[in-house]
Order: sequence, then structure tokens, then C-alpha cells
Amino acid sequence: MAVGPRVLEVAGLPGPGRRARLREWWEQEHIFGYGLILPAVVLLITLVAFPFGMAIYFSLSDYWVGSPGAFVGMTNYRDILANETFRQTLQNSFVFTGIALTLKIVLGVWLAMLLSRSLPFKRIIRGIVLLPFVIPTALSTLAWLWMFDSLYSVVNWTAIRAHLINAPGPNWLGQAEYAMAAVIAVNVWRGLPFFAITVLAGLMAVPKEFHEAAEVDGASSWRRFWHVTLPLIKPVLGVVILFSTIFTFGDFNIVQVLTRGGPINTTHLFATLAYQVGLQGGNLGQGAAISLFIFPLLAMVVFFQLRYVRKE
Amino acid sequence: MATARSRGARIRSNIFAYANLAPYIFFVLFPFYFMIVTSFKSNAELYNLKSIPFWIQSGAIIDHYALLFQKTDFVTWMKNSLLVAVVATTVSLVISILAGYSLARLRFRGAAAFGTAIFVTYLIPTTLLFLPLSQVVVWLGLADSIYALMVVYPTFLVPFCTWLLMGYFRTIPREVEECALVDGATRIQTLSRIVLPMAIPGVVCAVLFSFTLCWNEFTYALTFISQSANKTAVVGVTSDLIRGDIYFWGSLMAGALLASIPIVIVYVLFLDYYVSGLTAGAVKG
Repeated sequence: MAVGPRVLEVAGLPGPGRRARLREWWEQEHIFGYGLILPAVVLLITLVAFPFGMAIYFSLSDYWVGSPGAFVGMTNYRDILANETFRQTLQNSFVFTGIALTLKIVLGVWLAMLLSRSLPFKRIIRGIVLLPFVIPTALSTLAWLWMFDSLYSVVNWTAIRAHLINAPGPNWLGQAEYAMAAVIAVNVWRGLPFFAITVLAGLMAVPKEFHEAAEVDGASSWRRFWHVTLPLIKPVLGVVILFSTIFTFGDFNIVQVLTRGGPINTTHLFATLAYQVGLQGGNLGQGAAISLFIFPLLAMVVFFQLRYVRKE
Repeated sequence: MATARSRGARIRSNIFAYANLAPYIFFVLFPFYFMIVTSFKSNAELYNLKSIPFWIQSGAIIDHYALLFQKTDFVTWMKNSLLVAVVATTVSLVISILAGYSLARLRFRGAAAFGTAIFVTYLIPTTLLFLPLSQVVVWLGLADSIYALMVVYPTFLVPFCTWLLMGYFRTIPREVEECALVDGATRIQTLSRIVLPMAIPGVVCAVLFSFTLCWNEFTYALTFISQSANKTAVVGVTSDLIRGDIYFWGSLMAGALLASIPIVIVYVLFLDYYVSGLTAGAVKG
């Protein structure tokens, strides 16, 4: 509050004293503090907050690529909610997120427990485990696209030779349930390392005596896990689950490369549908309305996360 | 404690662990292995249903790689990716160091609220904002150019790096700074000459993650750019080697491999930083 007049003083004061005064002003903790966050604040306002406002505006208007349209209120929302494809997408999103997340939690905790032992080659194994998370997802998904090819699928080839299925085997990306299974499998493949490595870090932060007590190698191991290990890693696990929920729900890369939402929209998520409607179809208004359906979940995650952070 | 019995139990439990890890490691590595095999296999063998897909029987060829360099803009894509990653990382890092230091160390009204805002932005998936941003990019006159990506990538890099660096700045003892200030250093000197050198591990971590996130980014790169010569490696490989119904599988895999190599090299060299950054990002949240 006392800064106001001082600023004016500095600005109005000519001569040699000016630099010193300016410096003195800049050296104040709060002025310096504000100065340093200014670039970040400008960036986030212009390229995050403003576009977010635009998304809301788009969703309430008849906005097409190249032709700004009039305000139409809730029309876009009414239209998409009445749309069969959108309803399918809504369902897909929950099925996809629910199953993928469950698998990642269970397998991730399991993997973290295995990795927490002081095994020989521990470092190499951890390095390998993290690999799918580091490699560009769109590119590694190409490998899966090839592995799920309708004709040359190596998955089917192997399963047929092993007499697990009859030739020619499922058309992975061409049949609804199989396509969803494929998309989930790739999401788990790519997201599991994050769970495993983060939960592992949580496990390592736990005092060693607890570890010894919680080691899994007998009949009572399940109870030990449930009563000793799990409560200890719960905080970390909670954070990871919240993170993963929002990023699984908002996924784009895997579905876009693997199925583009097909067959017949059975694997569309909000992001891929918004891309198809908003950019490929040019209907930015509806596209924005679709992508904004990610927001309520994001808000929920933020709410839980902040409550949790505050508690810490 | 280390009796013979417990040693035996330890070995048994190690075998148990390896036996359980083995299928997962296979699951992780197989797609990469299959990429390599496919990229060196002749089309005749690739599209022969009778051949064994797991290895190369009729001799390795480099034609798929040659096609990448001769018939596509692959080299340009790689250059674009590199340019975008370097510029966006540099810009984001400068902004994040300033903001991270300020929020971690300086006391001023609203600091906590800004910290929260940064964190919330960090949680926003790119898919929520790509439609309006595609318009912003047009208004800025950056449509269909790699500059669009350089401008937009900091929106997700800055929150991440700021959050990461805040954690590192907090670990530096306050007394060090106070001494420097008492000795007559300005605040900016204190930051650049005293605090920053002590936070180098954090900065390295932030650079690694930023570079990786830029290189791997797909949504914005796909939506903002349509000209082949302006694409990044990830988008170029995924889009230009599929013509309608025709998939150039050999070249697709070759491109995916080559475009992943820079990341793999960085990853292998700095594995421990990745692990600490990954866990810091989530755990310190």
C-alpha cells in the first residue's frame, strides 16, 4: 500500500538519484516478488485463462472456422446431448477411464512393490519400466497399431499358433469391444510406469522397518499389505490417482492414432470427438462444448487435490 | 539378522519378484522390439502371412529408412522438433525460474494464490484448450508454423517447471541468501549467482522434462500445423506415412524409431533425473 506514492516519486524524480531510488524500489521483497512472477502470469492469462474463456464463449455461439457466429445460448449443449455419437462418447469415456485406471492402480501398486526390493539389476529394470512413459506416445502407439493390424496382427498370429483362438482371430481395431480393449491396453501400457515409479517413491519414503514388516512372501502377505503398506502409500497413491484420472479422461493421442474414435464411434473420447467436430468438421462451437465436458472432472480433481494439499 | 534361513528366503523372494516382473518387462519391451524388426524387414516378408513375424528371415534391408530420407520431409521434421523443443524449453525455463523462486522464497500478498493457480494450470490437459488456441494462433498470425508451437508449449511447460523448481528452491537454506543480501548483493544477483547454482539438479530436471514434453507433444502439433514441411517429427511420422488406406509399415516403424532416438539418448544419460522429476512432480503436489 505504501508503494503507490513511491512509484510516482521515482517516476517523477529526474537526475542521478533516480536510478538509486528505482533500485531501492525494486529491491523491496514484494515488488521483486511480483516482478518475477509477472512473465508467468502474463503467459497464463493470455494463453490459458483467455483461451478458456474463449472456449466457453465458442460453446455458447454458432462459431465455425473462419466465420464468427452469433450467441446461441445453450443450443450447442442441447444439440450434443441429443446426439447419439456424443452419448456414445460419454459412455466410452467412463468405461475407458474406469477400466484403464483400475488396471493401472492395481498393476502399478503391484509393480511398485516388486520394484521396491533390492534386486540385482534394479536400476536397469526401473529404466525399462519407465520407457513407455518417455517415448513419444503417438509413435509407440504406431507400433501397437501395427500389432493390431486387421490382417497381419502379431497378437492374432501368436494366439492362433498357440491354439488359443481360431483363425483369423478378432479384428482388433474393427470391432467395438475389441477396439476398446485395445485402446485400454495401450493406455495401461503407457500409463503404468507413472503409477509404478511414483508409488515406488512413496514406498521408499517409508521407514525401512515398515518395509521389512510388509514384505510379501507368505500367506499373511495380503493382510500385511492391506494393513501396513497400503495405509503408508495412500497419500502418494491418492495424488497419482487424481493426476491419472484427469489425463486418462482427457486422452487424445492413443485413440487418435489407434482408432480415430472408430469403429462407429465406439472408442471416441471427448478430445477426439471435439477434434473431429471442431477442427475437421469446422464446427468450433460444438467442438468447444464437447471438449468442455472434460472440465467438470478437472474441477473435481482440482478440488480434491487442493483439499489434500491444504491438509498436508 | 542375516541368518542362512533369511538368506534363502531372500533368494526365493527375488526369484519370485523376477518371475513376476518378466511378463511385464516383455509387455513393455515387445512393441519396441517389434518396431525394430519391422523396420528392417522386406515388404515381401512383412506381408507374407506364412512368415514368422518375430524375426527377420530373408535378410535385413534399409529400404524403409531410405524412403524416409528420400521421399518424405523426415529431416525437416526432426529439425522442426529440435527447434521447437529448444526454444520453448529455454523460454519456459527462464519464466519458470523467476516465478518458481518468487513463489518459493519471497513473501508477498497473493503468493499462495498464485502458487495454487500455477498448480491448477498444471492439471489442465491440452485437450481442453486446443480448439480456442487454434484460433488464437491464427489471430497471432502464426497459423501453420512452428512458431505457433514455440508460443503455445510454454503454457504447459511453465506450470510444470515452476512447480518442480519451487520444490528445489525450498530445499536451499534461507541463510545463504540472507548472507548474500547483507553483503550488498542485489536480489537478482542473489538469485542468479547464489541460489540458481545450488538448484542446478532441479534445473537439469526441468530442462529434461520440458524437452521431452515438447518433443512428444502431439495434440497441438497435429491441430495447428498442416503443411508437411512445418510438421514436427511425431506428427510427420504419424500422418505422412499413411496415405489413405495404405500404411507404409516399414517406414512408419523406421520413422517412429528414429524420432524416438533423441529422447532415448537423453533418457539413458539422465535416468535418475527423470525418476526424481517424475516423483517430485506428483509427490510434492
